[in-house]
Amino acid sequence: MKPGHGEVLLAEGDIDVAEDEELLVAEFRAQLDAGMWAAVPTLGRGGRREARMVKDFSEVPRDAERIIFFPHAAGGAE
Amino acid sequence: MLLALSAAAIVVFALFWEILYPRIDHAVERRRLRRERAAIEGYDPGRERRAEQRARQLLRSCVDEEEWAMYRDLGFVRVWGRLAGGADAGAAPADTGASYAYLVYPHKPIVAYLPQTGRLLAEYCVAFPDETRPYGSARLPDSDDVLAKWMALTGDERRIVDTANMHLPGRQVDPKAVRRDLWRLGEWERTRLQRARRSSGGVATP
Repeated sequence: MKPGHGEVLLAEGDIDVAEDEELLVAEFRAQLDAGMWAAVPTLGRGGRREARMVKDFSEVPRDAERIIFFPHAAGGAE
Repeated sequence: MLLALSAAAIVVFALFWEILYPRIDHAVERRRLRRERAAIEGYDPGRERRAEQRARQLLRSCVDEEEWAMYRDLGFVRVWGRLAGGADAGAAPADTGASYAYLVYPHKPIVAYLPQTGRLLAEYCVAFPDETRPYGSARLPDSDDVLAKWMALTGDERRIVDTANMHLPGRQVDPKAVRRDLWRLGEWERTRLQRARRSSGGVATP
């Protein structure tokens, strides 16, 4: 998510292809280093959709279709 | 003679100033606006609208159908709270008895409330500022802001609650407006339920 732009595709690839995985890991780290939070939309046990916050690429489920990066939260107006 | 001429000159100057001042002020303002316009040359006025359209699609693809319909129809999303020990992660709130919930509005504080009584508990003021500001605006599109809050609440409620500035209800969001929204939500759910019953009973919906 980017202010003024909405959704922007950063990288895509097949996790089972080594080159793609390297690319995805590199982009993942770059985004987290830039202070973004990462979330994976998933289906909860009760069948409701929810997000799973991830801090490391290894926490991303192998079958995840996408990771959404968004600016980290900060306390709002005092 | 000189004194009279000076006095007359001052009066004439004052009269002219009265007439000319608005014009000068207007000209200065126009010049300022021209400069500002030049400074934001290349700004695409449709960009924000397109960004919001993309954000709505992304939100729709992530949340439940009910939550999407709620946002589309009412302008906010309800997220069930899970920290009180009632609701199990990922479980439907009806099964676990979530004791509290949040109303998530775009670019407004998250409002925590008790669904049973409608009592407002707190406002959680939180923002998602992009410090890199590559596109000249620090604000996410409305639907992205809602999605960010939704992901943060469903993914790591404790973290977002700890990060936010907590206030009593009424600090930024009008409690009357929130109570009205809760009433609207109740009506909306009742209508949806009736519609679902009618369609499951084989009666065609209008």
